[in-house]
Amino acid sequence: MAGGPYSEKVMEHFMNPRNVGEIENADGVGEVGNPACGDMMRLYVKVEAGKVSDAKFRTFGCGAAIASSSMLTEMIKGKTIDEARAITNTQVSDALGGLPEVKIHCSVMAEEAVKAALDDYSKKHPA
Amino acid sequence: MAHIFFDHISATPVDPRVVEAMLPYFGERYGNPASHIHDQGQTALRALDASRGTVARMIHAQPGEIVFTSGATEANNLAIKGAAAGSKDKRHIVVSEVEHFSVLNALLPLRAAGFETTVLHVDRDGRVDPDDVRKAIRPDTLLVSVMHANAEIGTIQPVSDIGRIARERGVLFHADATASAGHIPVDVDAIGADLLTLSAHNFYGPKGVGALYVRKGTRLESLIDGGFQEGGYRAGTENVPGIVGMATAAEIAMAESAGWAEKLAPMGRRLWDGLATSIPLLHFTGHPEDRLPGHVSFWVEHAEGESLLLLLNMQGVMAASGSACSSNLRGHDEEDLVASTVLKAIGVPSDICTGSVTFSMGKENTGADVEHVLSVLPAIVSRLREMSPTWLDYQKQQESQG
Repeated sequence: MAGGPYSEKVMEHFMNPRNVGEIENADGVGEVGNPACGDMMRLYVKVEAGKVSDAKFRTFGCGAAIASSSMLTEMIKGKTIDEARAITNTQVSDALGGLPEVKIHCSVMAEEAVKAALDDYSKKHPA
Repeated sequence: MAHIFFDHISATPVDPRVVEAMLPYFGERYGNPASHIHDQGQTALRALDASRGTVARMIHAQPGEIVFTSGATEANNLAIKGAAAGSKDKRHIVVSEVEHFSVLNALLPLRAAGFETTVLHVDRDGRVDPDDVRKAIRPDTLLVSVMHANAEIGTIQPVSDIGRIARERGVLFHADATASAGHIPVDVDAIGADLLTLSAHNFYGPKGVGALYVRKGTRLESLIDGGFQEGGYRAGTENVPGIVGMATAAEIAMAESAGWAEKLAPMGRRLWDGLATSIPLLHFTGHPEDRLPGHVSFWVEHAEGESLLLLLNMQGVMAASGSACSSNLRGHDEEDLVASTVLKAIGVPSDICTGSVTFSMGKENTGADVEHVLSVLPAIVSRLREMSPTWLDYQKQQESQG
């Protein structure tokens, strides 16, 4: 495959993104980013027995934004809420084999999306 | 897989005849034109002189009016800064807002040094109104700089009108012909240019070589201190192989470019019409008629530019985008990503999700290439839209409006 600016892992997730879509009656929805900035991510999570049982996303953005979204959904599935909250942008970027410096914000967007979705979950399901 | 190069505004494939002409100047003809008492130097000097004559003919200039440079960026810098430095008391420069960075950014140190600038707005097709140039010229205006054609949106500027106005008011006129030369006729007298920029790699020549046309009698200061090369306008040993390549490319363009344009213009129209009917929420940019042949540019809603380019590349189609995300992938942080100033200038909204694409065809492209692009792009756009939250919202909104 052609090289391009991205790692093979980024291109693999960009070409075959996991978990694209939406979850009907999601337990939490997080939306971050801004189309004016070039990217925007909406993350849907399903929570069962304190764990993220399903995650889906829709993202407008560049290759790094779509790959970060895809990788994030893979990483949070099966994690407890606390574990999912603890995921950092560096972990997302590392899992993708690294991102160009100018694209680090795409992994930050993924980290913020999971926090926003879980905040939404906590609001809807007060302990 | 397909290999369709639709990014001729960034570079053109070097014509094999150009490569052939250059090769001896990397090998057996290695002389320096400045050391021309011996045979090697003479050979180089003769090649340089002949090349100067050929490049001059391409734009209907005199050989002595051609200054070879390292490319269009240097030529634009020399035109703007050199004219400013050569001006005795005039301190005002007029440019358009869609000029290349090598014009716009050349103004920054001049402003710091006390020069004043007027940056002219363009209309939605990216055109400068010559009347705005007339109004912008002041008694202390030294230079007007407006490009011949815009690489990103293909629009051809009314340079002859602008040149006439500048001439009437005794103001120098610089036209950046980087995107146009070798593709459409460029005549320095018809344009009324005192300064005109050329770039070899934009018309099937090599990278790293360009030229600035300097009308005889124009006051211009050199930017590089050194020897007396290039009539004193540009010190440093000339890039002889590059210059020979540029001249060969100019020779080919003079003989063949009318035929290229004749072939490319209908291909551009076919692509334009095909995209218009196959992709909803697609908006063309640039002037619909007064544009470079085989140049089609547009933006689409709900699909981002870099993603469009990556997926096109996976289908063997190489194109350009002015969208922020694809702007500078080698930069150091997010601040290095900026949307094209040209797109902003023509009013492409930045508050909705847009991806811009520029397809620029060249002489080696065929009608089959256009059909291939038309066969793959609608699915690429749909695929990205299906992934976009904004597209989902847009569709729900459409449904609720019935």
